[in-house]
Amino acid sequence: MIYLDDAFRVKVGLAEMLKGGVIMDVTDARQAEIAEKAGACAVMALERVPADIRKEGGVARMAAISKIREIMKTVSIPVMAKVRIGHFAEAQVLEALEVDYIDESEVLTPADEEHHIWKRDFKVPFVCGCRNLGEALRRIAEGAAMIRTKGEAGTGNVVEAVRHMRTVMKEIRTLAVMRQDELLAEAKRLQAPLELVQFVHDNGRLPVPNFSAGGIATPADAALMRQLGAEAVFVGSGIFKSSDPERRARAIVKAATNYNDPKAVLEASEELGEAMPGLDVRTMSESEMLSTRGW
Amino acid sequence: MAVIGVLALQGDYEAHAAALERAGAGPREVRRAADLDGLDGLVIPGGESTSMLRLMEYYGLMPALRAFGASRPVFGTCAGAILLAAEVLNPPQPSLALMDMTVERNAYGRQLDSRVARIAGHELGGGEMEAVFIRAPIIRRAGDGCRVLATYQGNPVLVESDLHLAATFHPELAPDDRIHRRFLDKVRLVQEEARR
Repeated sequence: MIYLDDAFRVKVGLAEMLKGGVIMDVTDARQAEIAEKAGACAVMALERVPADIRKEGGVARMAAISKIREIMKTVSIPVMAKVRIGHFAEAQVLEALEVDYIDESEVLTPADEEHHIWKRDFKVPFVCGCRNLGEALRRIAEGAAMIRTKGEAGTGNVVEAVRHMRTVMKEIRTLAVMRQDELLAEAKRLQAPLELVQFVHDNGRLPVPNFSAGGIATPADAALMRQLGAEAVFVGSGIFKSSDPERRARAIVKAATNYNDPKAVLEASEELGEAMPGLDVRTMSESEMLSTRGW
Repeated sequence: MAVIGVLALQGDYEAHAAALERAGAGPREVRRAADLDGLDGLVIPGGESTSMLRLMEYYGLMPALRAFGASRPVFGTCAGAILLAAEVLNPPQPSLALMDMTVERNAYGRQLDSRVARIAGHELGGGEMEAVFIRAPIIRRAGDGCRVLATYQGNPVLVESDLHLAATFHPELAPDDRIHRRFLDKVRLVQEEARR
């Protein structure tokens, strides 16, 4: 089985090391340095943060190689970078560059509206987004070694992250108590391979770590997602679109670690300035939603 | 039953807690200096050593951890081994300096150089040992107070002093619990000495 071989264990191993931490979106070496100094466990290199992609529109692609290289040279923590859904050639380029993780991300403009990358062909590990258990298991079947439940990136609104984390966790709990003879029908409903459905049923968890991404803007948002089951959090626009990136980065790192300690989250929330401006997801049209990308 | 703390600031502390339970100890998460009270030993897990260092600074944990390690056993894996070392390279950074060794971070390269190795010759007894290396450090120097228990490609990967134990790989990600048992043996020795 894929999740038992050495190559896959090494990919999942790095995701294990990132647990409890905060992975921060950065667009240049200076931001990467701020993130590392604040205690980020990894950085995600991208051309524009989701809030700007949303505002400026156009086609969002993999970041410029010179930028990613500069970030890799500057920090000692793992460097991830995003590719467009299905764009395996962008992924081949990032693997040749030796980034530590690739995010096949709905935040960039999809390059294939039917297929995701066959990630098992790569030595570099991948993280993918999901809105439900079926989507998570399809990505794992393709070779993703880390899952992040999708929020609505670039909105500063945590509602979609909550919706999708609750969905995934509820579906896992439901599966765990099913009878063996119900699993094939459930696999059909989830549109996921039986082998992975069986694993979740037997273990009560995904075969890879499950993080949360999209819409996290405050220390309390990070604590909320951790308590709902996220093993770590990605913060995109939330840090560098706020009025005080350094302090906010530090505060979110503290809250992710102490998510079960309200006094510590209070302490982390004090002295913070303005969070990033938020968007009401309900007023957005379907075409503006990023989290619905992915098949 | 020995009560072993697992530093739970960041990293794979849950995997360590599970390994400790399999080896017969009671794990307890540690996030503050006060959490160290009553512990017989401490594990510093894998993760990002810079993240852990920042959080240790935020919560004033460095002096408390140094004082704990002066009399009680500490076991560090990967980032934990980096934090135990007297000297850290690539880049230089502060550490608890509980073991007389020099450790170079990310010394095999990036994630593409991570691997699972099988180590045959080692001092633990029993057969081959599985070693999961993730963006692993290399112990460049093990001082006089350190005994090398296993090597890989000519470099020490499992090292102990009288009190402490350090691995550059992740025994917590392998089914084999010999290394965690070795640590619990050290904890037991210290407990027995204290009783005498």
